[in-house]
Amino acid sequence: MSKMHIKMTVNGKSVETLAEPRELLIHVLRERLDITGPHIGCETSHCGACTVDMNGKSVKSCTVFAAQANGADVTTIEGLGTPDNLHVLQEMFKEHHGLQCGFCTPGMITRAHRFLQENPNPTEEEVRFGMAGNLCRCTGYQNIVKAIMAAASEMNAAREAAQ
Amino acid sequence: MNEMTPTKSERAAALKGLGTSRKRVEDSRFTQGKGNYIDDIKMPGMVFGDFVRSPYAHARVKSINAEKALELPGVIAVLTAADLEPLSLHWMPTLAGDKQMVLADGKVLFQGQEVAFVVAEDRYIAADAIDLVEVDYEELPVLVDPMKAELDDAPILREDIADQKAGAHGARRHPNHIFTWEQGEKEATEAVLSGADVVAEETVYYHRTHPCPLETCGCVASMDKVNGKLTLYGTFQAPHVVRTVASLLSGIAEHNIRVVSPDIGGGFGNKVGVYPGYVCSIVASIVTGVPVKWVEDRMDNLMATAFARDYWMTGKIAATKEGKITGLWCHTVADHGAFDACADPTKFPAGFMNICTGSYDIPTAYLAVDGIYTNKAPGGVAYRCSFRVTEAAYFIERMIEVLAIKLDMDAGELRKINFIKKDQFPYNSALGWEFDSGDYHTAWDKAMKAVDYDGLRKEQAERVQAFKNGETRKMMGIGLCHFTEIVGAGPMKNCDILGMGMFDSCEIRIHPTGSAIARLGTISQGQGHATTFAQILASEIGISADDITIEEGDTDTAPYGLGTYGSRSTPVAGAATAMAGRKIRAKAQMIAAYLLEVHDNDIEWDVDRFVVKGAEERFKTMKEVAYASYNQEIPGVEPGLEAVSYYDPPNMTYPFGAYVCVMDIDIDTGEHEIRKFYALDDCGTRINPMIIEGQVHGGLTEALAIAMGQEIAYDEMGTHKTATLMDFFIPTAWETPHYETDFTETPSPHHPIGAKGVGESPNVGGVPAFSNAVNDAFRAFGVNHTHTDMPHDHWRIWKTARDLGMHD
Repeated sequence: MSKMHIKMTVNGKSVETLAEPRELLIHVLRERLDITGPHIGCETSHCGACTVDMNGKSVKSCTVFAAQANGADVTTIEGLGTPDNLHVLQEMFKEHHGLQCGFCTPGMITRAHRFLQENPNPTEEEVRFGMAGNLCRCTGYQNIVKAIMAAASEMNAAREAAQ
Repeated sequence: MNEMTPTKSERAAALKGLGTSRKRVEDSRFTQGKGNYIDDIKMPGMVFGDFVRSPYAHARVKSINAEKALELPGVIAVLTAADLEPLSLHWMPTLAGDKQMVLADGKVLFQGQEVAFVVAEDRYIAADAIDLVEVDYEELPVLVDPMKAELDDAPILREDIADQKAGAHGARRHPNHIFTWEQGEKEATEAVLSGADVVAEETVYYHRTHPCPLETCGCVASMDKVNGKLTLYGTFQAPHVVRTVASLLSGIAEHNIRVVSPDIGGGFGNKVGVYPGYVCSIVASIVTGVPVKWVEDRMDNLMATAFARDYWMTGKIAATKEGKITGLWCHTVADHGAFDACADPTKFPAGFMNICTGSYDIPTAYLAVDGIYTNKAPGGVAYRCSFRVTEAAYFIERMIEVLAIKLDMDAGELRKINFIKKDQFPYNSALGWEFDSGDYHTAWDKAMKAVDYDGLRKEQAERVQAFKNGETRKMMGIGLCHFTEIVGAGPMKNCDILGMGMFDSCEIRIHPTGSAIARLGTISQGQGHATTFAQILASEIGISADDITIEEGDTDTAPYGLGTYGSRSTPVAGAATAMAGRKIRAKAQMIAAYLLEVHDNDIEWDVDRFVVKGAEERFKTMKEVAYASYNQEIPGVEPGLEAVSYYDPPNMTYPFGAYVCVMDIDIDTGEHEIRKFYALDDCGTRINPMIIEGQVHGGLTEALAIAMGQEIAYDEMGTHKTATLMDFFIPTAWETPHYETDFTETPSPHHPIGAKGVGESPNVGGVPAFSNAVNDAFRAFGVNHTHTDMPHDHWRIWKTARDLGMHD
């Protein structure tokens, strides 16, 4: 099958690759670009393990063609923090035991990152609703919710301090 | 002592040992997307395998034509049973002593069964090729209902063993019958039942479900023909067993096989079994000479790799009119699917179902389990439980509720009357187990007080009255559960899998500068072993947990062990860790005594050091001893500081807990709302409270899923109806309640640190608590209404209300 030339910005870097028109974004990220943070849990857009940020919105990259991401700005878990400077969500997931097997975690944190921009002051109920597109089999969500609430207050405190 | 000298408690705290809510060391890589799961593994030249699967539940395979598939560019091979037969790999042994087709050999026995293995350059081409493989099937009559398996017109499923009158677990009375397993005293129990004041009877179906970890099963097989070495990466909960099985099946010597479990994205029992995908990948790598990756998609996972439960349990429970239980009888029909691939210790074909006397002092009991073949996927794994323990706990905790109705008693009070008392431990149950320790009354009273049980019952009575007055359509259920688990398989005298004793192991190497590495025979799938096993060791050897690396899952480096499932890691490998640590300390004591120029007996252990008795200013820390062990000649002592322990547990451990679920259900929509869930767990000594609570939250949520909606369902043609996450219920954050956790601490008397294991308790205890809440909500409506089967989805709850005339 003939291939398409696809250009994207991924985690702030310009990337180019060839991919078949039918290839899914998650496969291009993982197989062609070696970005293996986003995972494959269902390939039917139910589990959210493949969640990435595309042009300022959370998308499940298993149901986006790579062709649709041509020209897009994509952020994955790899783009959120560095080993020396973790994103506050990464810190809070560690602090509050918001993960166990870790398989849902990249998608979960990437979604939470977008969610807190959509709603910087969420109630617990709003977190639970806003995160309902991401499944976790290990944690029962309680500590994920706790981590996201804690991250929200840290981020808000940092914003206030900066103002 | 000057101000700079840390106190004893400061030194203990610095170890981050037992009882510390230590943050997890695994989390740095997982939160940064740097985990290394099976699908992340790439090797040069690697190709992809995928299966042609049967669309039919029962059919003869008349022909397979792969010509068109092989013509597709990028397709490397298509394997069928005919290709595997010369290697004797078209069938493989199961963990339960049966055998299973690797690829369809003349017929298929369940929908989704593996028929051919396509190998291609990428996963898209493999998927295309699957569509091009032409298989000619001739449909056969389908057996879905295990109750009909032995009727005259039942189709015979396993023609390969139709004539065998006995299987791995004794006599077979019909070609579709696998085994009958009997425990306890049949005649004595029947005598108790016939003479009892009260006998309550019920049939309780624990439906078929699936562990469904977020990461599916998969492997990468790489045969290095130059060196004759096979490396097999895979989602294995028992990597060492996989190596032995792979060696026995393939004929490759065991030292030439390296099995590696990388990070595993949840297991819950799904990754215990040996699956056709592993065998086909190995063969394909041998045939093609390049690494072969096979990773299931979600539909493959839900259709073909191991299911759980599917037990039809008929019970009779006898009691005096005051409520003292005198006997328990249980007959179970176990639907095993097309092949008996249950992952149970060999001598226990129905797992530890004989823990079904629960937390109660029941003097006489009898259990019989009949295993049956049907046209469904094989499996029968312990989905976040020890072998068949959730089935057993569900059965007894439902029977207690049914008995309470029959006696017109409060179900909480009935439990209290019958609990095994603290002074009865160690307690020998009627079905053959020796419960190690427990204090059920204390736990129960704490739970009842915490939830204000009497207040809840009062509120419930008011709600019933309000309903009768036409003031509400929401009923209130109070789901009680007191469970006793049996985990930590197990003592080699009665526990083995395929002949391999169920010990586990730990090997410790102390480095000269006083840090350490410990390797275990287990493998974490999210439980946090790298964090908690370091804590056990820190408390034993006085080296901070932060200075101890824990490594598991590579059979070339880790000591042999039976793996992680059935809540066995802490009871067995955790014990091995403590014992190996004690060997380190014993040798270190000799070295310290030499360095301190005193006799061995004149020094004693003090947190992280040996001190001279009566002169604690004279000491050597473990760190100093470690350095000396490598760098100083010590007469009569070998250099180095290493130890290994293979631990054969003397008994199982028996964690327990008291759970209360308060639920409102809407009788017009069937929707439920969980108002409160209180979970008190007693897992003996607590290693890391943070991780324990996390395990409880997660296990309860899996229990919520099972009780309230999750099922593997088939239609009458054997067509799988729940093979996607659209149809197979997994609760989201939105549907999951907030949980309150609590604990008591009753150490195991035989475990070196008193720990019992906790990972599976919340699933074992959670399912009955949720289900009892639903059933309890209807208790006031209908004299003969004692039980409705799970899953309690909206439709079933609505239907119960309708059947009870509550919509009239």
